Amino acid sequence: MKTFSVSKAVTALMLAGLVLLPLYSYLSGNIFILTLFTRIVILALAAASLNLIMGFGGMMSFGHAAYLGIGGYAVGMLAQEGVGSGFIQFPVALAASAIYALVIGALSLRTRGVYFIMITLAFAQMAYYVASGLARYGGDDGLTVYKRSDFSGLINLSNRTQFYYLCLACLFGVIFLIWRIVNSRFGLVVQGLRSNEQRMQAIGFPAKRYQLVCFVISGTMCGLAGALLANNTDFVSPAVMYWTRSGDLMVMVILGGMGTLFGPVMGAVVYLLLEEFLSQITEYWALIMGPLLLLIVLFGRGGIMGLLGRVGRG
Amino acid sequence: MLLVVEQFLNGLQFGLLLFLLAAGLTLVFGIMDLVNLAHGSLYMMGAYFAATFAAWTGSFLLGALLALGATLILGIVLEMSALRHLYGRDHLDHVLATFGLILFFNEAVRLIWGPAGLALPLPPWLTVPVPILPGIHYPAYRLAIIVVALLVALLLYLGVMRTRIGMLIRAGASNREMIGALGINIKLLYTLVFGLGAALAGLAGLMQAPILTVQIGMGENILILAFVIIVIGGIGSIRGAFLAAIFVGMIDTLGRAFLPNLLRQVLSGAAASTAAPALSSMLIYLLMAIVLVVRPEGLFPANRR
Repeated sequence: MKTFSVSKAVTALMLAGLVLLPLYSYLSGNIFILTLFTRIVILALAAASLNLIMGFGGMMSFGHAAYLGIGGYAVGMLAQEGVGSGFIQFPVALAASAIYALVIGALSLRTRGVYFIMITLAFAQMAYYVASGLARYGGDDGLTVYKRSDFSGLINLSNRTQFYYLCLACLFGVIFLIWRIVNSRFGLVVQGLRSNEQRMQAIGFPAKRYQLVCFVISGTMCGLAGALLANNTDFVSPAVMYWTRSGDLMVMVILGGMGTLFGPVMGAVVYLLLEEFLSQITEYWALIMGPLLLLIVLFGRGGIMGLLGRVGRG
Repeated sequence: MLLVVEQFLNGLQFGLLLFLLAAGLTLVFGIMDLVNLAHGSLYMMGAYFAATFAAWTGSFLLGALLALGATLILGIVLEMSALRHLYGRDHLDHVLATFGLILFFNEAVRLIWGPAGLALPLPPWLTVPVPILPGIHYPAYRLAIIVVALLVALLLYLGVMRTRIGMLIRAGASNREMIGALGINIKLLYTLVFGLGAALAGLAGLMQAPILTVQIGMGENILILAFVIIVIGGIGSIRGAFLAAIFVGMIDTLGRAFLPNLLRQVLSGAAASTAAPALSSMLIYLLMAIVLVVRPEGLFPANRR
């Protein structure tokens, strides 16, 4: 029995760091770092939701950023129409994402492999163009959210620290949910489908139905991230749905370690910090980031979590 | 009438251009089983090379030829240095690694040529309108694109179906171990195919350059279109790519040209003019979704066992 492992220790350290970050920000007076990490936590939430279908379900969605946009636009549009209450905005954002995921999933799951990657991409691009065409809500230029979601005194989203902890709580909640899902009978069926769909079907599981439910859960979680993101940036535009954003999310998942519980969080933290760090060194940060991704793919199998696991085994 | 003919030819021209891009993509996918997102970057590089070389030499044709050679070499270098190691890996790895390459190329272009776009001016003899039907004129350059692309399509068909190299390529697509065992240098063949695909992408880029501005990220939108085409046509099938490319080019162009008027018949003026651009951009994605739902393997699946 091994009770200590490097990957567990690093994960615990990272989580502790995330919890204590506002304290550091308060003591050092560095407000920027709190804003940066709010964004990181929100995108970690999105990456974790993508990991549910990609890592555990084997469904390679290349259109996950669409939910970021849908969640964000739900908040932005309602705010524009004078509905400022978060108790309405957030459920609407989740419901819209769920419905979109249901429709897209039902159609996309008829295909597999590269075709699945491409059809999810195509649907996300469609969502992108729909948003660009919404002249009433800013069209291409995007929509400014003048007032953050109002939770009638329960929590104040304009307070940086409160908002950060709200995002962190959402992230932990989603990860807890994923943990419960993955270890439930439902989650085991979905993982079985990833390994061998034919066999699972032969035992009598309706494959598509299980995958679709998983797809919808993941999309809904990402919609939550979208609603938070719109509140964080006070702005939502079609650009959040652009296909390179979906690519970013995939990179975070794979960088951290696909199919691990905390891998996507790790991936999001490392990817976004690296982006921030490199962009401070040089304006041309992508010149380093691009080849770095290539090297990670070529040599870093299993992402950071896989690497830590290997270190742990010595 | 004039508008219809003109838009029809524009659609054909755009479709053929897309075919050049999709042909390289589908060859690489069909033979090496490699999903290459960086194909759009090669398209962009073709356009930048052409603009640069044309400015240096002062001749459009010479610049184009040099650019073609440059993208061929770039493709070969790229294959030998990076992509070669990705063969046989998971598709997801391909997506990720070539996504990294896109970042790299966009940034490299920004570093070398700066963030502002370039223009590739046409020589005067290509700007004159040519009478194609009595009373109907069409720009010579767009006509030239149609001719060149058709010629390339024909050469590609003959090359793949009638030559020894083409035979090896087809053999490699259906069973790579076997032709390796028969003593064919499969590595060299792969490098060659990738170089060819890169040159085709470069050709598409440099031909499109005078019509649009040469700018960073120009490869990304059109890359997605090319992917839509090979998915509709059936991955690995050149014939499928050709037909799907023409189809997509037509739908996209005609949709943009006529949809606003059609919508105006149904909707109020303001609503129509805002909905039309979004709807016409969506048309091809809608088409792809329908094709995939009805025939999940595309219209012309290449290697059906």
